[in-house]
Amino acid sequence: MSNMQEIDLVRCTLREANSQLQGEDATGAWIIRNPQGRHALAVGLNAPIDVVIDGQAGYYAGGMNKHANITIEGNAGPGVAENMMSGSTHVRGNASMAAGATGHGGLLVIDGDAGARCGISMKGIEIVVRGSVGHMSAFMAQSGTLVICGDAGEALGDSLYEAKIFVRGEVRSLGADCEEKDMTADDLAHLRSLLDRAGVSEYPADSFRLYGSARRLYHFHVDNAAAY
Amino acid sequence: MTDNTKKTPRTKPRFSATFDPFTISEIQRAAATGIYDIRGAGTKRKLPHFDDLLFLGASISRYPLEGYRERCDTDVVLGTRFAKKPIHLKTPVTIAGMSFGALSAQAKEALGRGASAVGTSTTTGDGGMTPEERGHSSTLVYQYLPSRYGMNPDDLRRADAIEVVVGQGAKPGGGGMLLGQKISSRVARMRDLPEGIDQRSACRHPDWTGPDDLEIKIEELREITAWEKPIYIKVGASRPYYDVSLAVKAGADVVVLDGMQGGTAATQEVFIEHVGLPILSAIRPAVQALQDLGMHRKVQLIVSGGIRSGADMAKALALGADAVAIGTAALIALGDQSPELADEYARLGTVPGAYDDWQDGRDPAGITTQDPELAARLDPILGGRRIANYLSVMTMEAQAIARACGKSHLHNLEPEDLVALTMEAAAMTRIPLAGTEWYPGRQGF
Repeated sequence: MSNMQEIDLVRCTLREANSQLQGEDATGAWIIRNPQGRHALAVGLNAPIDVVIDGQAGYYAGGMNKHANITIEGNAGPGVAENMMSGSTHVRGNASMAAGATGHGGLLVIDGDAGARCGISMKGIEIVVRGSVGHMSAFMAQSGTLVICGDAGEALGDSLYEAKIFVRGEVRSLGADCEEKDMTADDLAHLRSLLDRAGVSEYPADSFRLYGSARRLYHFHVDNAAAY
Repeated sequence: MTDNTKKTPRTKPRFSATFDPFTISEIQRAAATGIYDIRGAGTKRKLPHFDDLLFLGASISRYPLEGYRERCDTDVVLGTRFAKKPIHLKTPVTIAGMSFGALSAQAKEALGRGASAVGTSTTTGDGGMTPEERGHSSTLVYQYLPSRYGMNPDDLRRADAIEVVVGQGAKPGGGGMLLGQKISSRVARMRDLPEGIDQRSACRHPDWTGPDDLEIKIEELREITAWEKPIYIKVGASRPYYDVSLAVKAGADVVVLDGMQGGTAATQEVFIEHVGLPILSAIRPAVQALQDLGMHRKVQLIVSGGIRSGADMAKALALGADAVAIGTAALIALGDQSPELADEYARLGTVPGAYDDWQDGRDPAGITTQDPELAARLDPILGGRRIANYLSVMTMEAQAIARACGKSHLHNLEPEDLVALTMEAAAMTRIPLAGTEWYPGRQGF
């Protein structure tokens, strides 16, 4: 901790804070003190640095991250790690809606629960939620993996494309074109790897179920109209 | 005697105005296929439009500028409110957002070449930025859409401006659509979708709802791009006064207002023809919103949807817009609807001037297709020249009108230069009916 470069948002503006972190030549470890729920914290990072947000974060913390490893030592507002390209984001608390929305890569770990639409339109990101997720999670998820150690709300995986969803708890309901799949050895190995990377050791991989796209809605047909 | 040579007069076949031949064919098609009609382009119904306005020109009380001799400037600066690097265009006509996917790579390149040649901007679409269009566009606006296909921070920073798309004139409230025929391997890769599927993307942004969230989203985009890029907000013409007010509140540098005549790559016919406002009716409320907020000319207004000529551009500017954007007209300039393709259009069951199956990917002009053989028909260098020619003509036409009205800059055109030809146009624009000083709603009527 003592080697961390410190940014105190009581003493500097958001622009000054982000500009210090965004350079491709940024290095080392950083801590953002007094985040006080500010929005757009640590967005657009572009180098393999470690950033700790020492408290609660508002909207879009870690948005569009490339390479950086971000830890939020509190709760995160809507759209945490939205459109992440690579690197990682770890939320120690809960996350609001649209966590990991449209993410293309990297790993998002949420120690608590996530709100509605977790992983909406995800495009390759991998998300591990230790708790439960809200309704419409993985809506139109295109690729990547969503792991839910708790329960899932209504309409999980609605209009899913090729993303995979692992759920350990209860699923309130599945969305259109989402169905339970048989888990292959590769699926189990991938899940084990993800749980390991997320530091989740208390749940065995074979206690999860796998959901994916039924691919019935990939081409419109009138007989499927009621599913839309 | 009976004259058997005389025939009994017969009633001529009479078509119903309600069940006209198009309507009947549509019912028959729906019954046979079980799917709504999906097509490209914009509304085809007759609507109040810029043709319903005229310029007055000069007279004894207003004197004109000499054509060809006296200066009439055309430049416009977009993004002066917050952006560190506003865009300076030489002419106030821009190329509207159209995606690679909807259009061939050759068409996108041609649009970039043409726009760059005359000093204006072009715009990406729902599908990300290609290196070709970035390379051939001196000023490129990067659309930020609900689908976020291909969205990444590098392209965001490579862009000259960012356009947050809330809606589109052809389908306010509708999401993107690209049918399987056009989801080629490259398009699929860029959008991270399975090849050949019917893409129906979301109509709402995934991580914000409402103007308060939008304000925060814009702050994030500005933070990622170091507050350099102008941020546009594009809305379909629907509730222009409130939408423009909320866009200003959310922190837009520029508002793009797209009327229902605006084209689309693919949308339901019922959506194209029955949702939204004609652009003529939307400009004055939008300008009023800016004026009420003290933001007219500080937040720039770009108007699109059925802009075809320098006259349309001049009228939009006179009503208070800062610039216009063209989409369908640019495709026509590239070669869409060409009479030279009549035989090929006939094989597709249509004729030049009516071709609207842009969703099918079989465009003989090589514009709205991903078929390599068809796309190769479009020479991007020649296409770029045609776009540049057309944009230049539009600019010169607008200058001719402005000079005739005595204006030394296109932005000096004003409502007082116009009259309306119809009651509808007068009511929608608050421009007096020709020969009167009255428009509906004025003086208690």
